[in-house]
Amino acid sequence: MIADKKSFTEHDAKLTAVNIISFPEYDEKIEKARKESRECEAVITGVCKIGGYPCAVFVMEPRFIMGSMGSIVGEKITRVFEYATKKHLPVIGYTVSGGARMQEGIISLLQMAKVSGAVKNHSDAGNLYLTVLTNPTTGGVTASFAMLGDIIIAEPNALIGFAGPRVIEQTIRQKLPANFQRAEYLLKTGFIDDIVGRREQKAYLARVLKIHSGGRS
Amino acid sequence: MSAYDKVLAARAKGRPTASDYINNIFSDFTEMHGDRRFGDDPAVIAGIAILEQTPVTVIGLEKGHDTKEKISRNFGSAHPEGYRKALRQMKLAEKFARPVICFVDTSGAYCGVDAESRGQGQAIAENLYEMMTLKTPIISIFIGEGGSGGALALAVADQVWILENAVYSVISPEGCASILWKDAKRVKEASECLKMTAGDLKSLGAIERIIPENENFAAVYKSISKLLVKTLHDFNTYSEKKLEEMLKKRYRKFRKIGEI
Repeated sequence: MIADKKSFTEHDAKLTAVNIISFPEYDEKIEKARKESRECEAVITGVCKIGGYPCAVFVMEPRFIMGSMGSIVGEKITRVFEYATKKHLPVIGYTVSGGARMQEGIISLLQMAKVSGAVKNHSDAGNLYLTVLTNPTTGGVTASFAMLGDIIIAEPNALIGFAGPRVIEQTIRQKLPANFQRAEYLLKTGFIDDIVGRREQKAYLARVLKIHSGGRS
Repeated sequence: MSAYDKVLAARAKGRPTASDYINNIFSDFTEMHGDRRFGDDPAVIAGIAILEQTPVTVIGLEKGHDTKEKISRNFGSAHPEGYRKALRQMKLAEKFARPVICFVDTSGAYCGVDAESRGQGQAIAENLYEMMTLKTPIISIFIGEGGSGGALALAVADQVWILENAVYSVISPEGCASILWKDAKRVKEASECLKMTAGDLKSLGAIERIIPENENFAAVYKSISKLLVKTLHDFNTYSEKKLEEMLKKRYRKFRKIGEI
């Protein structure tokens, strides 16, 4: 829907989650997620063109264990940034995630550092990174690459936060204000650049890529 | 000790906190307050000090000692301004070529309305991003609880050390048990499964060194002090080339976690 027709080439399509710390019932969970989502992991990466402009992309998959980030999600996104750095390509990333995947323990937490490092190298080389935050983007993904875009846009009413609303309500024992952690709230508090509906995204992305196409990237 | 025993030890009342390490390991500690953007977060202590003869920047997540101090320090759970204060001091450390030493002890970054509205996720993300290429050595030491992203935000380091009875995890065992099994009572099992003890973390490559504990913490402070002096000497980052090597190694170290 966003990429130009027939322009998308997937990278690392076969990489799938592994039970890296032998967490109970995780193998079954992976198997079920693979069947339900028909994907091997919670992110799809590759290259495509948008409005004729080439870019690298990653799109998170909410049907795969709530788009949670384990080692393969971290690995695939890191690889797409490393590829884009080498080829001087912008990166467009669609996020949707419940956060780090607890069944991979510390390994999933450390993916936050790993991906952020790859984003930094891509940025230091003068390349553009744009994130599109979709509903919901929370936890370790918010606290790493979702919030590191040079440009950050969100879909209308998308829930975006570090802690989920339920956790906050339990911590402070109060009801949260309406609209709290929604895209409109983040726009008002200055944490995102704009809100762009799905239908307008292709034109928006093409325009931003066009404006950045004359630079170093 | 079982994994859950370690969790309890890491949280135990009377266990030394970041300020105890700072006071016992360094001299001339001079605290610096505030993030220059919003305010000063008492859950984060930051400042400059001397280690033997070397000027260093020291940052700690501070839980506090008695009830009154614990409340004032929000039990060591930082707000975004705490992480931004830490980053500000790290940037100054880079400017003045001072190594950065972090003491990590937190159940996690604070989950509240103010923390969210001031960008908790953005603040943590920025620390991970900036620390990866900060041009000065960083050593992070886990002294008690290492709770998730709020701990990692001070632990993108060249060397990560952990005390024998400290823990470091993606989620608390209570959180894991209640989300995954809808049963907070299975916390012991969750502690085992999460592989959060010093020994597990070492074998997973998440940390570089385990620091043995001793009932007499004076001996622990002394051994950390010795190790810091030796490690900083070995970094030898006086040439640009050595510094570049160190940064490459720092990236590689995190890059290889979960690499295929």
